[in-house]
Amino acid sequence: MDEAVRRSRRSNHSVNGSDSGETVTAVVTSKETSVESSRALDFKAPEAVRTVSLVRHYRLGGSIIPAVDGVSIAANRGEFIALLGASGSGKSTLLNLIAGLDRPNSGAIVVEGQNLATLNPLELAQYRRHMVGMVFQSFNLVPNMTLYENVELPMRLAEVRRRERKARACEALEKVGLSDRMKHRPSEMSGGEQQRAALARALVNQPKILLADEPTGNLDSKTGNEILELIRGLSRGLDMTVLMVTHERPLAERFVDRMIFLGDGKLLGETQNKLGAAK
Amino acid sequence: MKFYDTIELAGRNLREAGLRNSLTTLGISVGVASLVAMLSLGIGLQRLFAQAMGRSGLFDSVFVTQRQDLRGTRLAQGDLTPPKPLDDAARSSFEKLLGVQEVYSYFTAMGEFRLEDTRPEDSHFSVVGGLPPSARGSEAFDDFQGRFFSSDDAPEAIILADFGRVLLDLPPEPANADPKLTTDQVQRLLGKDLILRFGQRSADSSSPTAPGDPAPDNSAFNVVRKEQTLKIVGVVNNEPYRGMGGGPGRRAVLLPVGFAESLNMMQPGDVRSLISGGQGRRYNSLVVRVAKSQDVPRIEEQVKKLGYNAFSIVDASRNVTNVFRFVDLFLAIFGSLALAVASLGIVNTLVMAIMERRREIGIMKALGASDGDVKRIFFYEAGCMGMLGGGLGAGLGWLIGRVINFGTNLYLERWVEVKPQNFWYVPLWLALAAIGFSVLVSLSAGLYPASRAARLDPVQALRHE
Repeated sequence: MDEAVRRSRRSNHSVNGSDSGETVTAVVTSKETSVESSRALDFKAPEAVRTVSLVRHYRLGGSIIPAVDGVSIAANRGEFIALLGASGSGKSTLLNLIAGLDRPNSGAIVVEGQNLATLNPLELAQYRRHMVGMVFQSFNLVPNMTLYENVELPMRLAEVRRRERKARACEALEKVGLSDRMKHRPSEMSGGEQQRAALARALVNQPKILLADEPTGNLDSKTGNEILELIRGLSRGLDMTVLMVTHERPLAERFVDRMIFLGDGKLLGETQNKLGAAK
Repeated sequence: MKFYDTIELAGRNLREAGLRNSLTTLGISVGVASLVAMLSLGIGLQRLFAQAMGRSGLFDSVFVTQRQDLRGTRLAQGDLTPPKPLDDAARSSFEKLLGVQEVYSYFTAMGEFRLEDTRPEDSHFSVVGGLPPSARGSEAFDDFQGRFFSSDDAPEAIILADFGRVLLDLPPEPANADPKLTTDQVQRLLGKDLILRFGQRSADSSSPTAPGDPAPDNSAFNVVRKEQTLKIVGVVNNEPYRGMGGGPGRRAVLLPVGFAESLNMMQPGDVRSLISGGQGRRYNSLVVRVAKSQDVPRIEEQVKKLGYNAFSIVDASRNVTNVFRFVDLFLAIFGSLALAVASLGIVNTLVMAIMERRREIGIMKALGASDGDVKRIFFYEAGCMGMLGGGLGAGLGWLIGRVINFGTNLYLERWVEVKPQNFWYVPLWLALAAIGFSVLVSLSAGLYPASRAARLDPVQALRHE
């Protein structure tokens, strides 16, 4: 086992030290996994995102629920991937782990050569600030802020200078076609407009990875199509990797390059989507 | 996140729940106002006391006398050096000490007084005293009628009101009654000539000596009866510098000290001067007036080192200051109770805000806010409420003090006939310290909510409806 894997394990144990009972079940032990891990933690690998034997368990009463159970996936730079599965299959949990919002019980997440398991909370916050953008099913715009202020918020957190913030927020809102609605509050907008604003907010810090958690879940099919069209266009223009959670396979087939299937927290399989890739 | 961005977000959050936060801020301001009002009363009273003491001349003066050895105590302690005379050389050495404003003789002598148009047998025996020009600032001259001495060597007199009653043959006032004379009575005295009959030391080298006595020196003197006409220029109700330096009794007639010394009056301590011998003028006691009252202990010590008895009542004032400190502390604790209750309001408001903004906190964390960023936002919200409440409270405390001051003075002026005073006094440092304390208390109150907000799990927070 190489040093990188040992380091990864050590850090996983330290992160989850308080519930080591859960962690023990998921520690990487088999020879196959070690080989896989060793390859996965090659930090010079071409993939934008790679997860290795990722495990996230939750306690529910006396029982342990394996939300993500040994999932290893990889996403290449600029790729548009859909994570598909029924409710409770672990799609959103996997996305939260890649976003650095949640910590795995074991396994590794390597994003652009950076192993998230080794990052402390402050470094994780910086990672979320600069490396990833997030879009949610329920838009998650701050209700008492205008669209402009919502889009400006990630730049405040990233300590971007005020003048530059203004230029970039205006540009982002213009890209999503909302330049004339800057002063409006989210409650004054339609669902599609709110999602476009959320997309502008996710992209304003120029992240390398866009994580979308059912971005069309609260939208009608026409608006959903428009949003995915927009995501696809922006990701190609910015060479940005997109990981999108959805359970609408037909919609995914129209836009994504690859589909990854999850069920009961496990990886069921994946398929290239020539139709989407050809678009 | 940068400081001003955090402040801006905190301010926006405060505005969003305007009513609730305003009420919390008002609670803090009431707490600070009570603290300021309480302390300003303590400070005001202490200030009044200090002013009164300062003007009484008791707290910035050192009283110097020649060392006594009536019971042989100094000899018993092994001090064999003869006591130094309190003469002009000593006076000059005191004047040279750093921080000394003036040195003057504490002049007291006996005399008989009568108004010019009365018979010699109607004279009244009393004590005459000397006043330096600086005595004009004494609080005794606050309700003074007439004018102060035109110069230090003018043959003028200021008399005490109750001695004025004696001179005018008015019946004496009962004990503890106000000795004040009516304007008419004062007018009957002002400008009148007052005849002073006194014993004058008259140097005479031909004084008789017994066979075998040492040759007479020029410290020997005769005492001759003299008369001096003085013009009454003022009537004062209380004796200036009363309680200072001892002496034969209350000084009912006051003369300019320079003029009094020039009369060469026989003084109570002159017998000792005669016995001790020596050259030149001797003083019974001298008053060393110090520019700053905090220098009094140092000057007192230096005078003692020069070989004289020195006394000041700084020690007494120190005890009074300690009492005031205790009162201030008690008032501060009492005033702080309201602020402590108000700080619970901050905790409550911020915990409510966390409940309401749970999802918003999750969004911010998803966008890259660190735990520290979230903590700081809530912390600054608490600090802003503390600062606003502190500023408002300091103003409110000042206003309460003014209003009560006004009411108190109205009452005193109307019923007790006391001059208006500032019982409540809010110095700038108190206002600033109150604001600072309010911010400190608010920040402490914000610690728990801020750390609770920072600890929120972003995944859980984003699921919150």
